[in-house]
Amino acid sequence: MTGGTRRDGAGIGGAAAIAGIGATEFSKDSGRTELRLASECVSAALADAGLSASDVDGLVTFTMDGNAEIALARELGIPELTFFSRVHYGGGAAAATVQQAAMAVATGAADVVVAYRAFNERSGNRFGQVSSAVAQQVNTSGVDNGYHYPAGLATPAATVAMVARRYLHEYGASSEDFGRIAVTVRKHAATNPHAWFHGKPITLADHQASTWVAEPLHLLDCCQESDGGVALVVTSAERARDLRRPPAVIAGAAQGSGPDQYIMTSYYRDDLAALPEMGVVGGQLWRQSGRTTSDVDVAVLYDHFTPYVLMQLEELGFCGRGEAKDFVADGRLELDGQLPLNPHGGQLGEAYIHGMNGIAEAVRQLRGTAANQVAGAETVLVTAGTGVPTSGLVLTAP
Amino acid sequence: MTATERTATGPAAATDEGGRIEAAAREIAAAGPSAADPARDPVNQAMINNWVEAIGDTNPVYTDPDAAAASVHGELVAPPAMAQVWTMRGLHGVRPADDPLRRMTDLLDEAGYTSVVATDSAQTYHRYLRPGEHVAASAVLDDVVGPKRTALGEGWFVTTRTTWYVGDEPVAEMTFRILKFRPPEAETAPGGPDGNAASEGRATTGGKGDDGAGRGEAAAATVLRPVVTRDNAFFWEGLRVGELRIQRWGGTLRHPPGPMAPDGDLDAEPDYIVAAGTGTVYSFVVHHHPPVPGKRLPFVLALVELDEGVRVLGELHGADPGGVHIGLPVEASFDRIDDDLTLPAWKVRS
Repeated sequence: MTGGTRRDGAGIGGAAAIAGIGATEFSKDSGRTELRLASECVSAALADAGLSASDVDGLVTFTMDGNAEIALARELGIPELTFFSRVHYGGGAAAATVQQAAMAVATGAADVVVAYRAFNERSGNRFGQVSSAVAQQVNTSGVDNGYHYPAGLATPAATVAMVARRYLHEYGASSEDFGRIAVTVRKHAATNPHAWFHGKPITLADHQASTWVAEPLHLLDCCQESDGGVALVVTSAERARDLRRPPAVIAGAAQGSGPDQYIMTSYYRDDLAALPEMGVVGGQLWRQSGRTTSDVDVAVLYDHFTPYVLMQLEELGFCGRGEAKDFVADGRLELDGQLPLNPHGGQLGEAYIHGMNGIAEAVRQLRGTAANQVAGAETVLVTAGTGVPTSGLVLTAP
Repeated sequence: MTATERTATGPAAATDEGGRIEAAAREIAAAGPSAADPARDPVNQAMINNWVEAIGDTNPVYTDPDAAAASVHGELVAPPAMAQVWTMRGLHGVRPADDPLRRMTDLLDEAGYTSVVATDSAQTYHRYLRPGEHVAASAVLDDVVGPKRTALGEGWFVTTRTTWYVGDEPVAEMTFRILKFRPPEAETAPGGPDGNAASEGRATTGGKGDDGAGRGEAAAATVLRPVVTRDNAFFWEGLRVGELRIQRWGGTLRHPPGPMAPDGDLDAEPDYIVAAGTGTVYSFVVHHHPPVPGKRLPFVLALVELDEGVRVLGELHGADPGGVHIGLPVEASFDRIDDDLTLPAWKVRS
């Protein structure tokens, strides 16, 4: 895999754990501010862990999050912070917030770090719409966007569609192969009471009949838009063992950026139909955790757009390049399959909370408390947003 | 699939929309003249001096007090054709909310008729104005006709009638007509064989001739603009003159460009080549949703691999979305948005 041995990150493996998870309801119109959502989900996560605000000394979130760490600390009555950090690149930050927290704990920079993400992404600023602010930011990303947005390539779906088209061409895959991901994940959402699409499975015919958003992507290839918040409490594995919930040990946590990397438009590298940044993440995760693909009991793969789920399976080593369409075709991703995918229903089915709800699901699977529990889940892989510099986790039962 | 999609946004939808526009136009016309909007400055000699110089009018009754005193006017007067000048709103002016041209422009913008061209105007002068007089203008919606098929695209002709007053006395009148049109697809525009900016027909036109409508180039105003830096200015400057420029570091081409040589040589200086403009589609997207400023749905975006070996992204014009495929030969085209911005684009190579 990509990446040298010096990046094995062995110092992280097993040092920290997720001790608490919390979330708001997932909706299309929360009716309250993002700061209120953040406060609620962090409070819930602390309660879940059996900790209080005064125990918290670190906060981590996404650069895209609208809630400053200090604003959240004021609302919750967190008296002092010794560590605060933000991770860039949209949804690619999700697992990396936990990595930041784990590093802070491992180095002693903080004892209890809460990673959070809260937004009104449906009722407020919708990422799927064309944003002139994103296009024209005065920094290198704005410069990069100048080669794409003004021409009309101006939405996440369109940026993914460009890669997806090339993927179909190179590997003989079809829109139905993308659709099988949507059908599987929506089937899981249908039996998760917390999912927006609870009770609403779809068929492959529904997928094929859904409107085009950006060919070759149908509407049902695209995740939903959601309001909500999720928070994760990270502390040392040792301290976590004494708290009220079984810890989810952070056996691996990694970020990755690939050659000639752009945000959603890495169109100038030799191989367009690939996500080498996820390969960078995967290589580190397997080395840090000492696990391999065959050890993974549940895969929570970032599913903002279905084509990138197939490509992640390839980059992470579950199958060879171009083989994902065959890998997923025989029920392997079902709850009783070899590699259950997104049992909570993913972002296609549960909610789009920028990948943080997937990390919470991984913790529930390890605790044995998930709505769609996979029996005996001891090793869970979680990935963050794709098409951007990204991140991933391997979480294990204690 | 594509044909169906097009119908949904095309003629089938037009009937209801046409009725809606006509009804709104009747309401705007019935509202009568807008409140008299006073000129920014009184009629003044400085503006007259500049205007006659720019126009080339040497009649001394406008500039020479002695000559004016000896004329039938007996004193300095302003050129009657400056009537409209006095109530122009300047660079950042905004028409008042009750202005009928503003109301019709907003309505037609929302309906997708985002481009504008002034077609004709006729002015009547009741008397000469003198420096120190302060005029005010009031306008009424005279006529709205459409939708019409024109060489520029489908559009509506909007006629307004403006009266300039000094106090209660009307001193000049003007009927002014614009065509508000839907920017056409490239294949229906008079495209030139060389694909140069002037012949592409994609850009909106007419902003300059437009009665200072204040919002002329609607599409140009809404299009997202690139961030231009010292590293990439040559690329955007090249597009303005019809050149697709690719950065070169020694023998290595690089797009998008950047400030560093691929080999890290801090002493190296880049130059650029002008690409032949020919290449093939490496990948493409047919964009259906959501709307994108300045674009009519659906449209095709192509990532093109140039014959020189680098990839460049742009809109692909003149192709049926269903007929686009990877490997399709294309050539560069240039979408002129306005004087400052031209975007790279493609058309199918025959």
